Amino acid sequence: MQLPIYLDYAATTPVDPRVASAMAECLTIEANFGNPASRSHQFGWKAEEAVENARRNVADLVNCDPREIVWTSGATEADNLALKGAAHFYHRKGKHIITSRIEHKAVLDSCRQLEREGYEVTYLDPDSNGLISPETVEQALRPDTILVSLMHVNNEIGVINDIEAIGEVTRRRKVVFHVDAAQSAGKLEIDLERMQVDLMSFTAHKLYGPKGIGALYVRRKPRVRIEPQIHGGGHERGMRSGTLATHQIVGMGEAYRIAREEMREEARRTLALREQLLRGLEDVEEVYVNGDLTRRAPGNLNISFNFVEGESLMMALRELALSSGSACTSASLEPSYVLRALGRNDELAHSSLRISIGRFTTAEDIDYAIERIRHAVAKLRELSPLWDMYKDGVDLDQVQWAAH
Amino acid sequence: MAYSEKVLDHYENPRNVGRLDDDDANVGTGMVGAPACGDVMRLQIRVDGDGVIKDAKFKTYGCGSAIASSSLLTEWVKGRSLEDATRIRNKDIADELGLPPVKIHCSVLAEDAIKAAIADVRKKREQAE
Repeated sequence: MQLPIYLDYAATTPVDPRVASAMAECLTIEANFGNPASRSHQFGWKAEEAVENARRNVADLVNCDPREIVWTSGATEADNLALKGAAHFYHRKGKHIITSRIEHKAVLDSCRQLEREGYEVTYLDPDSNGLISPETVEQALRPDTILVSLMHVNNEIGVINDIEAIGEVTRRRKVVFHVDAAQSAGKLEIDLERMQVDLMSFTAHKLYGPKGIGALYVRRKPRVRIEPQIHGGGHERGMRSGTLATHQIVGMGEAYRIAREEMREEARRTLALREQLLRGLEDVEEVYVNGDLTRRAPGNLNISFNFVEGESLMMALRELALSSGSACTSASLEPSYVLRALGRNDELAHSSLRISIGRFTTAEDIDYAIERIRHAVAKLRELSPLWDMYKDGVDLDQVQWAAH
Repeated sequence: MAYSEKVLDHYENPRNVGRLDDDDANVGTGMVGAPACGDVMRLQIRVDGDGVIKDAKFKTYGCGSAIASSSLLTEWVKGRSLEDATRIRNKDIADELGLPPVKIHCSVLAEDAIKAAIADVRKKREQAE
């Protein structure tokens, strides 16, 4: 077992060695270094072939046509292109957009920008389990709604929205439906033939591919249009200009090819590890799982240890690499907006850990993590005046705190 | 975030963790902060007849810097008179621990805690007289 143990796969993943070697084949003079847009020589043709092969691998994982895949620099750019691109194209139909409060910042900040441009955005509240129901979406639709953007799997709490059912609502009402699938691709089955999703964002680095590459799926039938946000040489059918990064694209293609072959087995394995982790922690007093436990991506556990502050907990867990929803770990000094949107009190957001499990996690790692976490929580509760008060039977909600 | 050696030392080996008997007229309690803000400090002092702080205990819910600030404070106040202890400033704590700007509020909270504890024990002693 190698310390520290990486348990932050929802933040990023290491590149699979098979992916790294495929990428290395696309860089040097002896290798496939050409510009895929060069039409006049075989260096270009060979690079183009590698790019198209990768595009097919990405398309195959989610069952769509390769011509529906547009390369971007990552899911953030894909989200920006989807939201701004669709909003700008369809603005004559209306200027109303629907999203949720617990989307990724790439979606929320794109919505803020569109608001500055005169669009109106409805931010749906999730239920206490973090889910957005098709009924909630339907009720928010207006005659001038042009776009709905919701994530498939939430990055903090791992819960899975029923995008298939939501897609039926949006299609019936002829509203463009965008889904951020950064956390779900290669972990859950996605079938774009069956799911009525119009735009879908992907990234490579959450799926053992490199950082700096992603894609946007843009549906052809029925055809969805977007205004490009980056102008230039007309690459990617004019939707996203810029010389294609062959090595990055090949890396993403290989990562998605591997995922297609191995995802079922991997999902089974990571789920078993998460269950092992939860079993090891659930008998600790005052422990709360954040987000729905059944509709949840296999590798995610988000858990709060009441009366213990998240940053100090992470400090005690320096052998474990994980995330917290605590204010102190964020640049803004605000606790996680996702956990707050679940209606939980701020204390539980401050006390939360996100543990995300992936391809290289072992059962031994999980046993070690359980032991360390239990020890740290016990130690910090010994230090916690809130724990004393709880043990004395004081109702902390009735105490007049001096907020600062 | 990188922590200073001193913060780590106080975090790993906090000094004077515990509780004093709040019913004792010579014990002052300062409880500051709020759970919703992510930090709560409880600092307690016991003074002798001459107004000298004989003992100090703390418990803190908060980040490592908040724990270290309160731990350091308990070391500093022991043996000082109440008057002297009121002169401890958050800047002294922040400088000693090498707190980065985003953690200055932890030292502010510690200063608030000792002031509240001193005020509490003074009030209790006046009432006892």
